Amino acid sequence: MSPRDLMGAALRGLTANKLRSLLTVLGVSIGVGAVIVLVAVGNGSGKAVQDRLEAMGTNLLTVSTTGGGGGFVRGQAGPANQQYSLTLDDATALADKNLAPDVASVAPVMTSSGTATNGDTSYTVNQVIGTTPAYMPATNTPVQIGSSFTQADVDTSQRVILLGQTAATELFTRPASAVGQTIKLGAVDFTVLGVLASKDSTGFNDPNATAIVPITTLRATQAGYGALSQIVVQAAGQDRVDTAQAEVTQLLTARHQVPATETSPFRITNSAQILQTSQDTAATFTALLATVAAISLVVGGIGVTNIMLVTVTERTREIGIRKALGARRRTILGQFLIEATLLSLIGGAVGVGAALIVTRFQLAGVQPVLVPSSIGLALGVSAAVGLFFGSMPAHRAAGLRPIDALRHE
Amino acid sequence: MAAESVIEIREVTKTYGQGETAVHALRGVSLRIEAGEYVAVMGSSGSGKSTLMNILGCLDVPSRGEYWLDGSDVARLSEDQQALVRGRKIGFIFQSFNLIPRTTALANVELPLTYAHLRRGERRKRANRALELVGLADRTGHRPNELSGGQQQRVAIARALATGPRILLADEPTGNLDAHSTDEVLGMFDDLHADGRTIIVITHEHDVAARARRLVQVSDGRIVSDEVTR
Ligand SMILES: Nc1ncnc2c1ncn2[C@@H]1O[C@H](COP(=O)(O)OP(=O)(O)O)[C@@H](O)[C@H]1O
Ligand SMILES: [Mg+2]
Repeated sequence: MSPRDLMGAALRGLTANKLRSLLTVLGVSIGVGAVIVLVAVGNGSGKAVQDRLEAMGTNLLTVSTTGGGGGFVRGQAGPANQQYSLTLDDATALADKNLAPDVASVAPVMTSSGTATNGDTSYTVNQVIGTTPAYMPATNTPVQIGSSFTQADVDTSQRVILLGQTAATELFTRPASAVGQTIKLGAVDFTVLGVLASKDSTGFNDPNATAIVPITTLRATQAGYGALSQIVVQAAGQDRVDTAQAEVTQLLTARHQVPATETSPFRITNSAQILQTSQDTAATFTALLATVAAISLVVGGIGVTNIMLVTVTERTREIGIRKALGARRRTILGQFLIEATLLSLIGGAVGVGAALIVTRFQLAGVQPVLVPSSIGLALGVSAAVGLFFGSMPAHRAAGLRPIDALRHE
Repeated sequence: MAAESVIEIREVTKTYGQGETAVHALRGVSLRIEAGEYVAVMGSSGSGKSTLMNILGCLDVPSRGEYWLDGSDVARLSEDQQALVRGRKIGFIFQSFNLIPRTTALANVELPLTYAHLRRGERRKRANRALELVGLADRTGHRPNELSGGQQQRVAIARALATGPRILLADEPTGNLDAHSTDEVLGMFDDLHADGRTIIVITHEHDVAARARRLVQVSDGRIVSDEVTR
């Protein structure tokens, strides 16, 4: 029998019971579609996390203090607390190339909040950051309109301010018109030097509802002369983040005379580590989704087996007739295998089509990113499913003795 | 052995099941049929006629005994070779027609030609000619459920004839047909016999058996009489 004849016979077999074939195809397409979509969702969420973390700045170390060593008690402002407070001198020391050669730049950070007013318009700025110009490049916070303040501005406590997108929009409607204007922050006049580029949210807070001022100005006008909230340290390169972290720890431990018996009071978060951890998490997540999807593919495959078994049983007499007319074992085998494979492949194609459409939309807040190999894999697996799951019923059909098949009721 | 015998079986037995419940359908049957004979096999129901025909048609294997078909030992043929024999040398006609459902008359007739590896065009031509021969040229596109019993049996005959087999095996071919259709089918058998084919018809109807040239009577798995009637 030529391949074309075999294909014709298989197609006729499939169309003989359209609804049943359709439902089987549906089972397989759900399996295949699920594999592609879920892998794309896993991949997409991994990409999203990576993008957000990269937006936060790479090679970044954020140093903060947990307050006291060992027996830290919340709310208790003991001497230990003050001993471990981060100071501007710490920041200066960390910036010293001799003491910490793997550190590229350092920005001390103090935060406060306050109400900004422009004439009659007022806006509560959640986060007023006092820092130095190094903060902007280190944390990947470029100034979009206007310009940043300079070290000279810091040194002379200039009353200049950079507004986040939300703050600028709230106060001036058009962010571009903010530059050069004067606003009040609390009771103090500030000149707007620039507007920060918009940032994607990495958490619950709007990262654009901020304002940045020179740290000296913030201390003088808002936050007083207390401890720094954190020190932002940029390592000199991606491969030097770990050594920079070690240098920072060592330097701070020495400067604050932390006893060797105590656990370090300094908490250093490492953006590369967070990135790595979230990528690992995303990979696990993707694997989990893929497993779930693979299970549904297997279930679809069992559907193919089931239908082929029913078909073979139902058509046993037909198989007997075919054998009486000279059909050989492999001809019968071929016909049923092709039927099973066609069911799976059509299901696979429909599944791929559906997945291509579904992955254009956001799913559970994630924009799926297709993994091309998952399409090939899903199609290959669905063909294999047809062959594998179809072969058992097909062998059963082909192995029947003609008379046994013919006598079948 | 005689080379001209198209069919020869020797001491063939067929037992279904084992022990207490064993059914001895054939209890040692020997038979020789020469090319071009027209043989009727008669016997009461359950006497083993169908069992005999299934063995002659290579649809079933004997429990014991030999079967020589066209001079070759069937027991030595592989599964595929037996399929080839069924496809090329033998045409089957069953009491219940055994057409493939939901498939047109033409496709049914084409089927054995497909298994004989004929090309599409050639298949079409031969299948149409066979259907023409049985007077169904205008019914080629009909499915079995759109045809009367007599028409279905004629499609089955066309299918049995399509590959031009030398032997026709018919198991109660007129059992489900009315008198008119029976006459038509028997008329075709006469023509085929005149054409030189070997025909073996199983029946329990005397007027069907009367058309044959030789009558073999079977009872309880044994041949009880074998005579040339015409
Ligand atoms: N597959 C089978 N299993 C068991 N017994 C069978 C089978 N086929 C036929 N028989 C028995 O063998 C005997 C002969 O059957 P069969 O050849 O069909 O008779 P006939 O065609 O002459 O009516 C019967 O007793 C029948 O019950
Ligand atoms: Mg019978």
